[in-house]
Amino acid sequence: MTAGRVGPDCSPGHGIDRTAPITVTVDGRPMAAFAGDTVASAHIASGRLSCGPSLYLSRPRGIVAAGVEEPNALLTVDARTPGGPSESMLPATTVEAVEGLSARWLQGMGVLDPLGDDAYYDRKYVHTDVLIVGAGPAGIAAAREAAKTGARTVLVDEQSMPGGSLLSGRGETVDGVDAVAWARTALERLTGQPDFAYMHRTTAIGSYDANYVVAVERRAADVDTPAAPGVPRERVWHIRAKRVILATGAHERPLVFADNDRPGVMLAGAVRTYLNRYAVAAGKNIILATTDDSVYGLLEDLHSAGIAVPLVVDSRPEPSARARAALEATGARGAFGAAVVGTSAGADASTEVGTSEGVGTSADGQADAGDEGRVTAVSFAPVDEFGRPSGDVETAAADTLAVSGGHSPVLHLHTQRQGRVHWDESLAAFVPEAPVAGQAVVGSANGAVSLGVALEQGAHAGHSAAAETGARGPLVVPTASAVAPGPVRPLWLIAAPHGSAAPGSPDRDGGPGESDLGESAASDGRSGVGDSRDDRPGTSDDEDDDAAFAPERWSTHFVDLQRDQTVADVLRAIGAGMRSVEHIKRYTSISTAGDQGKTSSVNAMGVIASLLEDADPASVGTSTNRPPYTPVAFAALAGRRRGELYEPARVTNIHPWHVAHGAEFEDVGQWKRPRYFPRTDEDMDAAVLRECAAVRTTVGFQDVSTLGKIEIRGTDAPEFLNRIYTNGFAKLPVGRGRYGLMCGADGMLFDDGVTMRLAEDRFLMTTTTGGAAGVLDWLEEWHQTEWPHMDVFFTSVTEQWNTIAVAGPRSRDVVAKIAPDIDVSNEAFGFMEFREAQLSNGIPARICRISFSGELAFEVNVSAFYGLAAWELVAEAGEEFDITPYGTETMHVLRAEKGLVIIGQDTDGTVTPHDAGMGWAVSRLKDFIGKRSFQRADTVRPDRKHFVGVLPVDGVTRLDEGAQLIAAGTPVTPEAGPVPMIGHVTSSYVSAELGRPFGLALVENGFNRMGEIVQSPVDGTLVDVEITSSVFIDPEGKRRDG
Amino acid sequence: MHLRRSPAHGAAAEMAAASVAGPPGVMLREIAFAPQLGVRTVPGSASASRIERALGVSLPSSVGETTGDPDALHCVWISPDEFLTIDVSRTQEHGEAGAVAAALDDDRPGAGRVPGQVVDLSGNRAILELTGPSARAVLEKGCHVDLHPRAFPVGHAVSTLVGPVPMIVHRSHGETFRLLPRSSFAQYTVRWLIDAMLEFRTIRA
Repeated sequence: MTAGRVGPDCSPGHGIDRTAPITVTVDGRPMAAFAGDTVASAHIASGRLSCGPSLYLSRPRGIVAAGVEEPNALLTVDARTPGGPSESMLPATTVEAVEGLSARWLQGMGVLDPLGDDAYYDRKYVHTDVLIVGAGPAGIAAAREAAKTGARTVLVDEQSMPGGSLLSGRGETVDGVDAVAWARTALERLTGQPDFAYMHRTTAIGSYDANYVVAVERRAADVDTPAAPGVPRERVWHIRAKRVILATGAHERPLVFADNDRPGVMLAGAVRTYLNRYAVAAGKNIILATTDDSVYGLLEDLHSAGIAVPLVVDSRPEPSARARAALEATGARGAFGAAVVGTSAGADASTEVGTSEGVGTSADGQADAGDEGRVTAVSFAPVDEFGRPSGDVETAAADTLAVSGGHSPVLHLHTQRQGRVHWDESLAAFVPEAPVAGQAVVGSANGAVSLGVALEQGAHAGHSAAAETGARGPLVVPTASAVAPGPVRPLWLIAAPHGSAAPGSPDRDGGPGESDLGESAASDGRSGVGDSRDDRPGTSDDEDDDAAFAPERWSTHFVDLQRDQTVADVLRAIGAGMRSVEHIKRYTSISTAGDQGKTSSVNAMGVIASLLEDADPASVGTSTNRPPYTPVAFAALAGRRRGELYEPARVTNIHPWHVAHGAEFEDVGQWKRPRYFPRTDEDMDAAVLRECAAVRTTVGFQDVSTLGKIEIRGTDAPEFLNRIYTNGFAKLPVGRGRYGLMCGADGMLFDDGVTMRLAEDRFLMTTTTGGAAGVLDWLEEWHQTEWPHMDVFFTSVTEQWNTIAVAGPRSRDVVAKIAPDIDVSNEAFGFMEFREAQLSNGIPARICRISFSGELAFEVNVSAFYGLAAWELVAEAGEEFDITPYGTETMHVLRAEKGLVIIGQDTDGTVTPHDAGMGWAVSRLKDFIGKRSFQRADTVRPDRKHFVGVLPVDGVTRLDEGAQLIAAGTPVTPEAGPVPMIGHVTSSYVSAELGRPFGLALVENGFNRMGEIVQSPVDGTLVDVEITSSVFIDPEGKRRDG
Repeated sequence: MHLRRSPAHGAAAEMAAASVAGPPGVMLREIAFAPQLGVRTVPGSASASRIERALGVSLPSSVGETTGDPDALHCVWISPDEFLTIDVSRTQEHGEAGAVAAALDDDRPGAGRVPGQVVDLSGNRAILELTGPSARAVLEKGCHVDLHPRAFPVGHAVSTLVGPVPMIVHRSHGETFRLLPRSSFAQYTVRWLIDAMLEFRTIRA
């Protein structure tokens, strides 16, 4: 038996399996544990409470809580499997002890595992009629009533086993049987039902509109041992529920007094949880401090376990019936109307307590240095109505101080949905004002103060939620004790005792002292500061009074343990002018640590209210919780969206050929498009020069299947296209295509492409690769909202067709070979015409004469199934002409040499067709979308930015795409700034055809600057650049026909 | 037909290897080259009845609905005036849409041309079939839609996302879902599904 573990005669040990011993290691120290332990309970069982020191002040700290609210005991758990994560910032109270686990205490701040996390995480979507969050008594009662109606019911619970708060107690009964057994039996009975799911180790972290709740499931205690490939370490559940029942319980609050952060100062409920769930005694000599009846169950349990409780310090002036009975039964002393005012720790005291009680020594009797700074004595005193010590301070020896400052309902999921809360004076807690629509809040989350009431609320909520989804069953309410507890007397801020700012911490005496409120705020014998300070009676000379009421010195009255923030820090925020808790939290960082203020948030409000002499914590605001309720690993949120599954790669039917021929790919939207096909040792520049030369001199071919394609049918289709395109389409003959421009209503270019007329009432429109979906939406929008009377329909056929561009002087020879049935001569098959054909291998095809390079060129369209076969046919037919596959980069260079614009590269939504030099494609006769914008004063300005060519004068320097252009001689020093810019380079390449670099640009008044020399920076040097026409080759268009 | 290559071509062996028969199994295969027609028409109109007559199947009347035979010719609702017919019992032929489209261009006396559109979309979408007791569980790893039999009965089909991929999800039989992403997404979708199926393969092993 280890130092802190108690036997079955002393504890039910609800949560542990005494037949399954395991060993875990913290900071290299092996600890005996049982299955069901957490690292925290194992650590306490080994006789220690201390964890890593505090984040900023390096003060000794110990385990405070037994659940997710733990502020101190943070671990880094070492990776246990290859590729598995070393996880940081895990509260020891939530890390389940498994054989071989090795962890290290952290000082408040961890690091992401630099080696990454290759464990398997995924997500799942689930729909349910009723979702219940929390498998404590209220949640189980709700689940039972909902599930028995046949309603789809999901019960999620963060714990490894059902029961919630019942696991922390003993001796309670529900329907006459042991409460823990009742919880287990109830769930066992439900688990067989087809539409019921109980998900343990599953934390609901976020609640969103329409009852959409996100929960994270940890697969097992031993999450790091992969069950099998594909079984996730953690799974993120996306739950959509018709009704949500929150049975999330309550968190206990600490008390704020001097040196309230020593190891050994714990939440009373946690001490009880360790005793009854884990069979672990937090100490041997435990003092309790409380503000209500909640600690008296702990008193009785400790007494039954044979653990000494010499004293209960209770803030209430008179003992309640419950308190009186428990004190009588256990023989403990009760100090009423009193509060703990400080703690001490010291080598001498440690010996004193240690020798008498055995705490502070390890099992073998050697002095244990592991619990440095642990409480050895507790000071307490009577307090007046303001929480001021008002009598003699007494000191009692103790190794543990179990505190209860009241309970705060866990309402994170409620307030995330903008659910309102109000301050309940009798409970001293924020409780829901009303549930969110479609939700219920039950049990202690709803302020229920007895087991009987919690069960009743849960059962009714489960029954009603199911009924609201149309499922009915008989309501059965489990029965349990419903005795109302005695009154509550909250203590938000316990002054340091008279003449002693911080017992046991003389080094802290004096505190930060920077507060500008320091002198005036602390003299009238009340604990208030703030607005009324100028009205206070006399800023006294009395040094004793100053010492007694100097909250600016209370720098060991911790409010937020994880952030090391104290009453003095709160006071400094108030001194800086803050009043709202939302401001003070941000100024001090209170409640912003990993624990998100689960133990500090309401206490901070209480402290602020006390310092401002306000009535209660609600007077300084309420805090709104944001997801996640508890921290979530990024890797879990990423799930399977990583590596090759990160983002879909869209590929054409021809893609395998590109891969087999060494293509380098470019992402265009989600498409993988070949950028170039390097041969051995070629870099991109070399490959692109070669590919360009091939197209200009012989023949090349490119997969252009990704271009958007929309088939259009309707008697009004010609008129519709007339309205969509800036140029006319109504008179386009059947069998021919035409290049068209589309503008938005603002007159700015937004897409372009060739549209072919297949029949009088049928067209095939092509769009840019990236614009395909947007153009279809654009057509539908105008048809559906503006011109619904028009007879026209659209269907996307982008993926129905694969398209192969064959370009270059020898392209006609290649096409003649693959389509022997058609006459491909210039006379028989003119530019912008198309033919239906059967390829030599039998594939039906539509062949068009379209050029995006200025060269003689064809596009071969085949049903997508045949894409690869058609491509291979072209390759084979072109072999004798040394046909060269080319990619998007070569295509970009070729079109740029010809001065052809790429929408989205050379334009940016501010360029009209006229700016782009394509006024020829804008009709003056018909109306079309964007036409009216061309009459705006700004669009008719002659000096707008125009699309022009740019040639570096030295003939060798390649300009940078995106680089600015400035007038020659413009000073560019910072002193002379700002630098007026006249435009920028939109495209820049090296041209095989021109034997030099060249570019395209948008330049102010560019059409009127032809021949002007301007400048652009390249590698920090200004380069002279000549403005030219954007057409660099074949301005007469002779090459087009071969 | 060796010239044809289906969207998930090349993944057949991987799909077979990832499949597990029997409980809690799930199997994945591609249904290749099934004829698919895109239909645009206003339900209840003259053109709709001509199309229905030419198809031999009525058009679905609301979101989620399918008509026809899931093992032969059936029709999926895409939008109020957009439908997709699929015939998994045969292979697409050249000019697949011709006969039905011709019904709209009927120029016999008294008939006349009517609005609407019918186009061959056989290559537009891949058809992947996920079958088995765990098929729903696999899809639930990426599909927001409620797939519970009460909410998504046999014969139901919707356009939605599975993982990051837009697709039609069609419950053709109790434990069989047909997934129809655009063809360019087929390879990614197969990878995604094989990954999601891994859990069930290993449970059995």
